[in-house]
Amino acid sequence: MPGELLFGIYIFVLSAFAGFEVISKVPPILHTPLMSGANAISGIAIVGALLITAPADTLVLQIIGFLAVVLATINLVGGFMVTDRMLLMFKGRSEGASK
Amino acid sequence: MSISVLIHIAYLIAAFLFLMCLKWLSSPRTARSGNMLGAIGMLIAAVVVLLDQEILTPGLILAGIIVGALIGGIMAKRVQMTAMPQMVAILNGFGGAASGLVAAGEFVRLAGIFEIPTVDNAISIALGAAIGAITFSGSVIAFAKLQGLISGRPITFGGQQAFTLILFLITLAAAVGMAVSPSYLFLILLLIVPLVLGINMVIRIGGADMPVVISLLNSFSGLAAAAAGFVVSNPILIIAGTLVGAAGYILTVIMAKAMNRSLSNIVFGAFGGEKSAGQLGAGEDRPVRSVSAEDAATVLAYAQSVIIVPGYGLAVAQAQHLVAELMKQLEARHVSVKFAIHPVAGRMPGHMNVLLAEANIPYDKLFDLEQINDEFQRTDVAVVIGANDVTNPAARDNPDSPLYGMPVLNVDQAKSVLVLKRSMGSGFAGVDNPLFYNEKTMMLFGDAKKSVQDLVNEVKNA
Repeated sequence: MPGELLFGIYIFVLSAFAGFEVISKVPPILHTPLMSGANAISGIAIVGALLITAPADTLVLQIIGFLAVVLATINLVGGFMVTDRMLLMFKGRSEGASK
Repeated sequence: MSISVLIHIAYLIAAFLFLMCLKWLSSPRTARSGNMLGAIGMLIAAVVVLLDQEILTPGLILAGIIVGALIGGIMAKRVQMTAMPQMVAILNGFGGAASGLVAAGEFVRLAGIFEIPTVDNAISIALGAAIGAITFSGSVIAFAKLQGLISGRPITFGGQQAFTLILFLITLAAAVGMAVSPSYLFLILLLIVPLVLGINMVIRIGGADMPVVISLLNSFSGLAAAAAGFVVSNPILIIAGTLVGAAGYILTVIMAKAMNRSLSNIVFGAFGGEKSAGQLGAGEDRPVRSVSAEDAATVLAYAQSVIIVPGYGLAVAQAQHLVAELMKQLEARHVSVKFAIHPVAGRMPGHMNVLLAEANIPYDKLFDLEQINDEFQRTDVAVVIGANDVTNPAARDNPDSPLYGMPVLNVDQAKSVLVLKRSMGSGFAGVDNPLFYNEKTMMLFGDAKKSVQDLVNEVKNA
């Protein structure tokens, strides 16, 4: 349906703009967490993977779907957890850290 | 209310959470909650998507999620902070691969029910498969380079640029073929040729350019997810994927700017390979002043202000905790200690900040290039630990240098300079660094970890 495509492009353009606006002023200290946090969000592929796997009725589709689910889950679980681990270390001001 | 309206409301909430996640990740105070919001958004999206689906394979889905969560969780718990660049690289690759598989899976599903994809669906499938494949293979190569499984130096061969171009054209042709007359042949081409393209693109890139490459692959993994969103007509996939694409792109631009190089120059022109190898010998005979840890420690201990410049060598040697110890020892003697961090120090954006944070060095002691560059001239000692190209004054002064124009830390303007370095080898760019021959520069040779340990011991005794 051309309507669906056009709708998708609307969403794409607006999201890109929103993304640029939201992220453009990140301090260098947070570059790595931002990157690994964003990386975790690309685990959104899980949604597509589930859509493919749920109705899979052939072996080929089930293998493709299973692999996609596993890889997307590694991406998102690993990404969010490691970002959290990193951010936990950013203790902040001198008072807190040096005693 | 129909179930599909509910689902879309849930997607809207998830999209909002993803935006808040990125926004909050931009400030140290809110970053951790931001990350949490992202995870909640992800959970909502992943649960809701199945609500209106007939699920034929519940066991398979559950197994996939459990296996993935176990592997991801163990990786996240075990990975060393010094290995973060590899971790991000490989996770990018997995995300890209998942998106590529979604695109391929949709094609297989349509073929299974003898349905020919519409032109726009076929284009989405082509894009999703190709971007996913490039992201996957490129990330695997980046991972292998960072992990030391293959050489970190650029791997080049004759006709590489032509080869890249040919691969790109074949991919483009296959995408057109897919749009005009969808077939398995085109699908397979759209998976395999971009795989080779991704490998070919990343093997030619040197270690110092890794921050740019990782950011770029991060952007790609988002775009792959967005393309997969077009394939399965799912708005949350498009939104989240595009946000990641934008985030990765911004970081890529920041990194490229910090090296004063265009993106195409980094991706298509191998740097630090044969071109600059000829300069390696140039400075060999010039004298350098090598000092003992004891002498260096004395200089540090009696200084008033010290700026430490960390680089990739610090990460390799895992010396971040000892550097924190050195900072404490010096501060106990009322020496002011600051850290100057170049945007591309290390192997990914913000690499040094993460390592120093791990060692409990408060982030208000860490300064960016713009913040601290004017302070070097008022500083007694600049201590360079495992950094090279980002301190090279030739980038500022010598128009003939391959680094010329790259913003560098003005280390040479400090009253004296202490360089901790493994040997006299040149940096990743293979460019000679006049800083080492400067008369006020002291060289302390050896493994960074051992050298810093010696300094700590000697400062204690000084």
